[in-house]
Amino acid sequence: MALPTASAVEAPVVELAVVVTTAGSRVWVRLRTHPSAMVGVSILALYVVATLLGPLVLRWDPIHQTLSDAFLAASSGHPLGTDDFGRDELVRLMFGARYTLALGFAAVAIGLAIGVPVGAVSGYFGGWIDLLSQRVTDVVLAFPNILLALALVAVLGVGLTNVIIAVAITSIPIFIRLTRASALSIRELPYVEAARALGVPSAAILVRHVIPNSLAPVIVQASLQLGAAILLAAALGFLGLGVQAPTPEWGSMLGLSRNYIFSDPNLATFPGLAIFGAVLAFNLVGDGLRDALDPRLR
Amino acid sequence: MRRLLVAIPTLLGVATVVFLLMRLLPGDPAVVIAGPEATAADVDRIRHQLGLTLPFWQQYLSFLGRLSHADLGISIRTGAPVIQEIFTRVPFTATLAFISLLLAILIGVTAGVIAATRRNSTMDVSISGGAVFGASMPTYWLGLMLIILFAVHLRVLPAGGSDRGPISLVLPAITLALFSTGLIARQTRSAMLEVLGQDFVRTARAKGAARTAVLIRHALRNALLPIVTVIGLQFGTLLGGAVLTETIFAWPGVGRLLVDSIGSRDYPVVQGVVLLLSVSFIAINLITDLLYAYVDPRIRYG
Repeated sequence: MALPTASAVEAPVVELAVVVTTAGSRVWVRLRTHPSAMVGVSILALYVVATLLGPLVLRWDPIHQTLSDAFLAASSGHPLGTDDFGRDELVRLMFGARYTLALGFAAVAIGLAIGVPVGAVSGYFGGWIDLLSQRVTDVVLAFPNILLALALVAVLGVGLTNVIIAVAITSIPIFIRLTRASALSIRELPYVEAARALGVPSAAILVRHVIPNSLAPVIVQASLQLGAAILLAAALGFLGLGVQAPTPEWGSMLGLSRNYIFSDPNLATFPGLAIFGAVLAFNLVGDGLRDALDPRLR
Repeated sequence: MRRLLVAIPTLLGVATVVFLLMRLLPGDPAVVIAGPEATAADVDRIRHQLGLTLPFWQQYLSFLGRLSHADLGISIRTGAPVIQEIFTRVPFTATLAFISLLLAILIGVTAGVIAATRRNSTMDVSISGGAVFGASMPTYWLGLMLIILFAVHLRVLPAGGSDRGPISLVLPAITLALFSTGLIARQTRSAMLEVLGQDFVRTARAKGAARTAVLIRHALRNALLPIVTVIGLQFGTLLGGAVLTETIFAWPGVGRLLVDSIGSRDYPVVQGVVLLLSVSFIAINLITDLLYAYVDPRIRYG
């Protein structure tokens, strides 16, 4: 997947890899025996397969209109029927998976790339940096998420990039708060004190000790946040303020289907089901990760 | 009192963000607002109306000054004061949000208590599963599915509008409540599980108190704090969700006004609605904070 924010996507993944290799196998073992988390993983696997294989195995174009084929019922040629412009619904849904996943991952990656460092610095150093970052997060959190995203898209304009920016901004404060809370307790721990006494520079303490050790709750939240980001991005699409037609994004497909709700309700059923599945999968994996990383809370 | 003071910088910050948002419009806001068919005179009139001829800091100060008189400007679409446009819609959104919250609390808390008392039973598993489903369900899709089922196929409830009295509230309220119901149920379950394991609950049971009395008077009362927190946060979700629910069901509330205003580039109204809903959210959070002290007398704010 070529994302417009590829560089932002890579940064946090590198950090995650540190945790996953040290404690990862243990977490994975617990996750594998967690039935609902495995349901989530299976749904996600299905979506990834749809994203990768869709374009190879299907013979219809997701954009090209064939008006004579509009509103066809399900048949062997069109397993889910066709839409108002005679485009194959299944093909459009499979193409839609890449937009939804890309939107979610890009927005959360930006949220992590900004939220985690800011939260760590804020919690570790305290003082005016902390005060400033806390007041700013207060203000951003004072806006209900969808309202802030709507307002941003209303002024920035619609389209994939602006939707990613709007959704990312709503997720930054949560990662700041979480990382800051962990950093606050980690900075008092003996090993951090020892590192400081040995003269390790603050930057190195942050990168090597504080950030890696605050990541457990951040990873859980990242998974839940992926679900929330997909939900929000699709909501913007639904209102006609997200990714624009004719791009087969699920939210905008659902929004346009409202015009045919009385004549062809199936056009509303499938895109919504696809969004629901993606959000459910990330929520189940997030819950599973929480149980796996912190068995106490089970 | 201290809590009130802490809210002031947040309020100021919210007002500043709302002010700056308008300035993020690419190009000349007056041209964007006037639209493609406007004449130079139209653009000039709007520029003056919005005070865009003044220097930046003066615009900001006059914006804050007008806010202190509850003056949110004039709607470009209708020419009426923004505050008036909003306040004729508030009762609709308030009714919808209130009924939905009531529904979510009633069902969510009950389900959470039942799930906690029958931990790991089939009942618990289905309630916990249902809660995840509810929290993953796109509001906008649920609304459409309910319309298809109850308005298109069964023809028992209206598909939208507000002209059929309480019956027109049924589908929007259920749609808006589901997400919050799931979260409240989950939070209630985990808070109850924590409390049910404690000594005073065992003591209450041992002294022979009735089962429901132990559950409600001892356990639930002590589990209330995290539940109240989640309920308070749900208000933000409900206000945001109202934007979608009102659009789907043609419910003439503030959320629908926002979406319509974005569509017609009526930015003063957009500003006003975003500001009003965020300020309501801050106020609700403040009230939640104050409720803590009532729910748990150990908490005192100086």
